[in-house]
Amino acid sequence: MTFTYEIEGGNFSRAGTASSDIKKALKQLDLDYTIIKRVVVSLYEAEVNIVAHARRGTLTADIDPDRIVMVLDDQGPGIPDIDAAMTAGFSTASSRVREMGFGAGMGLPNIKKNADSLNIQSTVGVGTRLEIVVNF
Amino acid sequence: MSDFHHALKIVDELCIGCSKCMNICPTHAIRVRNGKARLMDNRCIDCGECYRICPVSAIIIEQDDFSRIFPFKYRVALVPAVFFAQFPSKYSIGRITQALLELGFTHVFEIENGARLIRQETRKLLAENRDEKPLISTFCPAIVRLVQVKFPALVHHLMLLKPPLDAAAIWFRHHLEQQGASREETGIFYVTQCAAKIAAIKSPAEGEASPISGVINMDEIYNKVSVKLQAAEEDHAQANDKQVTMPGSADVLWSLTTGESSQIPGKRMAIDGVHNVTNFLEKLEQEEHPAFDFLELRACDESCAGGVLTTENRFLTAERMRSRARKCAADESQKQPSAMLYFDHEILPLLTIAEIKPRSMMKLDEDMGEALRKMKMIRQILQMLPMVDCGACGSPGCQALAEDIVQGRAMMENCIFIQRRYEQKGMLKPEVSAEIVKKIWGANKIDNENK
Repeated sequence: MTFTYEIEGGNFSRAGTASSDIKKALKQLDLDYTIIKRVVVSLYEAEVNIVAHARRGTLTADIDPDRIVMVLDDQGPGIPDIDAAMTAGFSTASSRVREMGFGAGMGLPNIKKNADSLNIQSTVGVGTRLEIVVNF
Repeated sequence: MSDFHHALKIVDELCIGCSKCMNICPTHAIRVRNGKARLMDNRCIDCGECYRICPVSAIIIEQDDFSRIFPFKYRVALVPAVFFAQFPSKYSIGRITQALLELGFTHVFEIENGARLIRQETRKLLAENRDEKPLISTFCPAIVRLVQVKFPALVHHLMLLKPPLDAAAIWFRHHLEQQGASREETGIFYVTQCAAKIAAIKSPAEGEASPISGVINMDEIYNKVSVKLQAAEEDHAQANDKQVTMPGSADVLWSLTTGESSQIPGKRMAIDGVHNVTNFLEKLEQEEHPAFDFLELRACDESCAGGVLTTENRFLTAERMRSRARKCAADESQKQPSAMLYFDHEILPLLTIAEIKPRSMMKLDEDMGEALRKMKMIRQILQMLPMVDCGACGSPGCQALAEDIVQGRAMMENCIFIQRRYEQKGMLKPEVSAEIVKKIWGANKIDNENK
């Protein structure tokens, strides 16, 4: 079963809408709450990344009985150094974004911590594609 | 199916099937069928929103008959501070106590006397507890049930500590036993503003015997006490406040919003109103908030001052309690320590809640594959539904109807928009749609032209 969402860059007030929706679906499947939490936390971080850095993006979440695969594709600045971005505390967020309580440099590390697999492809000046998998 | 006691009952003879309760219920526990509201036991959290909104008082709160107090030799009225604040401040606590004694109680004990112990234990739990933060207070039983049915992932945040009610009841039993009263001779009756408290007492979590013998609704005792107060306008002017064990100034406010959280160190917050709490728990589940140590969550607006069985305006009640606490604080310097300091060691072990289990109402099926299949069906159905949430199908909104259809509790044609669509296509005769509507709303709403 597939869920698709558009994510708008800069719209912080809407950040978390997709993860909230996915959470509701997973609760209906009666998954273990620790698994739901891992999905929701990693998806929320990825959503906020798009809102904070990119112009726009899409999320496609595929749920099947064994796992959820979440693909987030954005049109944005891209990540010049993925290894650096994966380091806890490393952040390129603007001071405006930081003032809103985001951009602490924990996004990608937190996704990696919560996901069973994380795949990042990025082209500077074009965009970033995240594939996050959580097994049930 | 449900092993949970509910205090809220719908009286069919009185219910007019108006659906106000269905639309306000925070857990979507009500449907309308055959012109009557129907309660889904496994979803109801006894918050009382339906009781409040019912225009014809068709929803009642089950209680124990007042006459049940009399077979006991010692008849204790366990009364919350909210009760005393139902009356204008010209009636002193001593006088209201006197009126309760005249009704037939032999002792009156204020529940907030138990708050001191609970505060002490809450602080201890917070100091010990690192993993389960924020701790969610279990003071409000409707909130405990809300978390169980709607936020099963947060159940482990619920603080495993009983409320001041239990502490006060256990303490007073001990107190009477010390004076030679046996367990059988002692009847402890809780005068309550709250449907959820009744439900919790009637179905204690681990099947242990409740220290409370019976529950009497506050509105009933309010009426009885009002009569006594008016009949004896001249007497008891000198009724003495000292005959009652009085809680401290902070404890008096325990049942009001911020009553608990203001007494707890650390990062804490208080929220009242069941819909406000629900919105916040949605966020908390997603960890979108900075870490809190302690959350005080209450189902009623203005917490217990807004309890469903109160009579007085909730803001007036709260203000009277605050004014009492201010006065009490001013007197406190010369006060004797509370009698509640005795028996701490006997009572403490009895205040722990062993376990609170999730009982999700969200899950579509025990089997994951089946649940996924149902979820897909719900999405397909939702695409056909008008999404106006009119409730004319007898379910609280389009999402709820889609779930009801998939779970076999309703059919597509319950939706009046779908009926029109089917009629246009010649798939449904108008007489048949009329029958369907009658099955939901009762025949008289359709047949009776002069209603």
